[in-house]
Amino acid sequence: MGGKRKKSDDDDDVEAEAEASGWKKKTRTTSEREKEKKEPLRPSMIKNKEKRSELHAKLKHQKKLEKRAKAKARDAALKKALELGEEPPEKKVPRTIENTRELDETVCKPDDEELFAGNDADEFGPILNQQQTPKILITTCRFHSTRGPAFISELLSVIPNAHYFKRGTYDLKKIVEYAKKKDFTSIIVVHTNRREPDALLIIGVPDGPTAHFKLSKLVLRKDIKNHGNPTGHKPELVLNNFTTRLGHRVGRLIQSLFPQDPEFKGRRVVTFHNQRDFIFFRHHRYIFETKEVKKAESKGKKDKDGESENVPEQKTIARLQECGPRFTLKLISLQHGTFDTKGGEYEWVHKPEMDTSRRRFFL
Amino acid sequence: MQHDEVIWQVIRHNHCSYMAKIATGNFCRNPYNVTGVCNRSSCPLANSRYATIRDDNGVFYLYMKTIERAHMPKDLWERVKLPRNYEKALEIIDKHLMYWPKLLIHKIKQRLTKMTQMRIRMRKLALKTREKIMTTPRKEKKREARREEKAEKAALLEKSIEKELLERLQKGVYQQSDIYNYPLEEYNKVLDMEKLQIADEEEDEEEPEVEYVEGYDELEEEEDMEDFGGFATLKSQGDYDNDENAGSTDDEEEEAIDRSRAKRKMALSSKKLEKNGLDSKSKKTRVLVEVEREDAGERQRVVQ
Repeated sequence: MGGKRKKSDDDDDVEAEAEASGWKKKTRTTSEREKEKKEPLRPSMIKNKEKRSELHAKLKHQKKLEKRAKAKARDAALKKALELGEEPPEKKVPRTIENTRELDETVCKPDDEELFAGNDADEFGPILNQQQTPKILITTCRFHSTRGPAFISELLSVIPNAHYFKRGTYDLKKIVEYAKKKDFTSIIVVHTNRREPDALLIIGVPDGPTAHFKLSKLVLRKDIKNHGNPTGHKPELVLNNFTTRLGHRVGRLIQSLFPQDPEFKGRRVVTFHNQRDFIFFRHHRYIFETKEVKKAESKGKKDKDGESENVPEQKTIARLQECGPRFTLKLISLQHGTFDTKGGEYEWVHKPEMDTSRRRFFL
Repeated sequence: MQHDEVIWQVIRHNHCSYMAKIATGNFCRNPYNVTGVCNRSSCPLANSRYATIRDDNGVFYLYMKTIERAHMPKDLWERVKLPRNYEKALEIIDKHLMYWPKLLIHKIKQRLTKMTQMRIRMRKLALKTREKIMTTPRKEKKREARREEKAEKAALLEKSIEKELLERLQKGVYQQSDIYNYPLEEYNKVLDMEKLQIADEEEDEEEPEVEYVEGYDELEEEEDMEDFGGFATLKSQGDYDNDENAGSTDDEEEEAIDRSRAKRKMALSSKKLEKNGLDSKSKKTRVLVEVEREDAGERQRVVQ
């Protein structure tokens, strides 16, 4: 009973099983120990707070030095290339969401004949070809708001040939019919929620389309620091980054709100800048100025007096003064034809599942 | 046997599951009640002979019960379909309730009227498109706002607008006749020349009057005078400030340049004034010079 039991084959099997399942601790080999030594110590591995923070500071300092060394090497390479008259090494382009955007088949190419043919045949053709002057009807939703009227009055100053009509209790379909009779080209409905403008509905009048935008970050003229007051001249229009088919269509819809013969004397510019499906609206007055930039003619050569000669170089710059308002639009839906919630055919509708990827854009 | 009075006594004073007691009065939840009010005449349980109108999927029916069918609960209520036409429905009510109590007939007709109006309103509302308030989850709102901020930073709006405008300028979109930018240096030279001419003319016309005034012995009064002198110059500076507006036209730009020049002169004169004031504290006597200016519109006393 008390004697030692001989190790049987069964015991061997049990031991092997234990080893396989990881119950029994393995004896570490020398090679494994070496591997462990080679692996860098991470601060998270250290339990002692003081030592951990010390190591963290050391690593941070090392990183900083490496970064500095890289920058120095880059500058040296650039200098060397300039001295030898070679082409400098290409600047590395940082990775941005715009650079790494998901591929979209609908992105328009400059030689897309189909697109141009479609443009000629679309609803905005007569306005954009200056056969018809845009005439805009601006109205509100049924409920009044505090900032709504102020926003509308500023819209009236931004968009030439725009007329404000009180909504009353009229149905939007009736307003569309009225606009058709009175030869309006577009209707803008400012929708308010909790006494704050929160949506914009742009309806192309004879036969659509209807775009519904979410309006956010509205800043009125009086709230903009050092704002300017716009003149009555027709503004220029700048549309940036409307690259896809849908973006192109929305861009043309926005373009159809403004006259196509801007008066450059007014030096007014209205910008709709699309960035990551957010359309930023800005309204500026601009002026071109010639600025003298002192430029050393040659770094190596010196003048008789021993000083390098500074040659003033004329450079044209544009200076801007914001006139306001300033707001952001986000497309919610684009609908064929005029406003019709029940029987309307939608070209594009924004759904929450579209926002899952940060690198997919539609405009 | 059916005893209406006994039933009503029990319902009213003991318990009725259909009764709803509210501060404004007692109401009845029974679907067969004509008026919806809990009282003796309109109680469907305590009246052996009773009639009402009920709606079944948009169709109105006249329900009637009589004492003869009181012993058969499944056949208690007789129902007659009423036509959609209001007048015809009234005729049918009159026909079926010919010898019934006039008060009950009146209540039934009132109920029919109210229900018909309600049906018309419902149809109208169904045809209308109404605003539907949609809620967006807070999480999505926050995400959207954050993305918007980042997009705005990435957009570099002012830079991109300036770049676009300069591109247009290089392409030759803007012609010389359209946009005017004055070469400021030459413009300033011309203005200086004009100012010099005006100054010469003024000197020819009249010399500034010089007045000799007694000096004050007390220091405090001297300080008061210095304050007064400073105040005069500051006041005139204020006048310039008030006039200044950001002009959009070229004439206004010229005026702005004039004003800025005048401002500089005023600033210089005020500095001189302060210096003179400090020196004059040691002296007892002082000479005051009154200078009349056209642009300021006020006489200024300058301490000498």
